[in-house]
Amino acid sequence: MANVTKNRPLSPHLQIYRFVPTMAMSIVHRITGGALYFGTVLVAAWLIAAASGEEYFNQVNWFFGSIVGQVILFGYTWAMLHHLIGGLRHIMWDLGYGFEKEFSTMLAKANLVASVVLTVLVWAVVLIIR
Amino acid sequence: MDMRTPLGKVRGLGSAKSGTEHFWKVRTTSVALVPLLLFYLGFLVMYAGRPYADVISALSNPFIATINALTIIASIVHMRLGMEEILQDYIHSEKMKLALLILNSFFSLLVGGLCLFAALKIAF
Repeated sequence: MANVTKNRPLSPHLQIYRFVPTMAMSIVHRITGGALYFGTVLVAAWLIAAASGEEYFNQVNWFFGSIVGQVILFGYTWAMLHHLIGGLRHIMWDLGYGFEKEFSTMLAKANLVASVVLTVLVWAVVLIIR
Repeated sequence: MDMRTPLGKVRGLGSAKSGTEHFWKVRTTSVALVPLLLFYLGFLVMYAGRPYADVISALSNPFIATINALTIIASIVHMRLGMEEILQDYIHSEKMKLALLILNSFFSLLVGGLCLFAALKIAF
């Protein structure tokens, strides 16, 4: 019984398969998910500072307004939009649609393009409103 | 001499039979998060960098406070389940996996609890 699990064949992993858009976006979906996980600390910091009083809030606001803060927030926006659009693709697949090779490859590319375009759009609106 | 049958040895080592529930919770929260986060993103775009008084008055609005709390709850449940999946996929040492799974739950609950408390403190 002991060696049963050790001798099982393993399925090929990333370095074996040819690199294709659907696979790349699957990986990015997981990476953005992991990044967003830790990114919630940013939202927490903002909310807790707002709840703690004006002095704390101004400090956190200053950080988010600094160049480092802005770069982090820009990345956070992109990660969120990419993960959200990727999530929509997953809902579509869960409902049983969109498994055709050409279509899913097209959607994988569209996911990347749309996430970048929407992120730039959101930040353009931010800069115009401000 | 081992008197246990092969079947007896593997009983209880199979699936936890909670996979469907995990899948379903991830999907349910993801469906909820699509409109919630689009609203949230819009809100953040409007209020990022605005003075303290403006932000506080916006977050005190009952509608925004409700959206805020719902987004926090759905996000925390979703991210905890997502990280659970990542840990189970990549961490092969049993002890390390258990430790990180517990840490994942603690981190999620801590961040979620702090966010909710802050949101409610501002709202009331």
